[in-house]
Amino acid sequence: MAESATGYVQHHLQHLQIGDGFWTLNVDTLIFSWITGLIYLGLFYAVARRVTSGPPGKLQNAIEIVVEFVDKTVKESFHGPREFVTPLALTIFVWVLFWNLLDLIPVDLLPDLAAAMGVPYLRIVPSADMNATFGLSLTVFVLIIVYGMKGKGVGGFGKEMLTHPFGSFPLLVPANLILNIVEMVAKPVSLALRLFGNLYAAELIFILIALLPAWIQWIPGTAWAIFHILVIPLQAFIFMVLTIVYLSLAYEKH
Amino acid sequence: MGINATLIGQMITFLVFILFTMKFVWPPIRQAMHDREKRIADGLASAERGQHELELAQKRAAEQIREAKQQASDIIEQANRRASEIVDESREEAREAARREHAAAEARIEQEVAQARSELRKQVSDLAIRGASRILEREVDAKAHNAMLEELADQL
Repeated sequence: MAESATGYVQHHLQHLQIGDGFWTLNVDTLIFSWITGLIYLGLFYAVARRVTSGPPGKLQNAIEIVVEFVDKTVKESFHGPREFVTPLALTIFVWVLFWNLLDLIPVDLLPDLAAAMGVPYLRIVPSADMNATFGLSLTVFVLIIVYGMKGKGVGGFGKEMLTHPFGSFPLLVPANLILNIVEMVAKPVSLALRLFGNLYAAELIFILIALLPAWIQWIPGTAWAIFHILVIPLQAFIFMVLTIVYLSLAYEKH
Repeated sequence: MGINATLIGQMITFLVFILFTMKFVWPPIRQAMHDREKRIADGLASAERGQHELELAQKRAAEQIREAKQQASDIIEQANRRASEIVDESREEAREAARREHAAAEARIEQEVAQARSELRKQVSDLAIRGASRILEREVDAKAHNAMLEELADQL
């Protein structure tokens, strides 16, 4: 029993992979993040094409609520040009939200269906894969540097890296640089690990609940799913807000 | 678990999604929402303007009604005054005419009285002469005493 339980958990934590070494692709993560991304883009693009400034329909209304919410959040924190930042924030929020929602699909449903079709492994939640969360956060990291240079100029950005917390005394320059580099690196790492940790743990708990006898599963399953409903939008929101805040910190002169 | 090339795929996908959102999703939705905001604001403003105009028109109408009432009461007052004037005038005229008639009648009466008096005097003198002549039986010469008799009649 213990052996099969361990096997069950390990099976559930194994990605569907092709290639080897670094050049491995987690096919399930890619496919499910594309599917959710295309649902997001399809939904919003369908609304954007038929958008009207008159009385909106139900779907347009729902989309507008999200758009308005993201727009307001960005407006409050980021005071530079927003034509790139707001679409970025919207993409992060909705995409991550859809990723996380996949966690509510019963853990065995899609893997069993896939197994029936001859696919050995399947993990459907992209945010429980570090590749996906770091994919987002490293892109954000690049954007932080880009916006830092855009807002302060390349020289200003470099100067801040060398002189920022302790001042421009030459002996302190290395300390400044080290501290700034740690701070810079901490941002994408914490962004990615926070989302990954939350969703990975949640997935694991769903897997453990699935190990319980069938007649009792619904009690912890329901409780955890209800709690998880809070976590899903919260993590998407945190990822979006921190991205905006980091970009804003990078862009603005202190 | 572990980092592998999936990361690169995710980053590319992410960038493509952001750019798609930026090009095709965000601008039209945002534009439509801005347009609607503007339309609502315009609508509210014009509603307020309409309200204001309505108030003005009501004020103007009340003013006109008040003026008209004032005019009407002025006219009625004038008419009343004119009517009482006319009544007074005609009363005065009637009184004047009555006075004139009265004076004429008095004059006529006086004249008639005078006439009657002179007639009477003449008759009295005739009568006196006749009586005296009858008394005196021819002794009185009518011709000779006529002057005296006339004088007597005048004294009556």
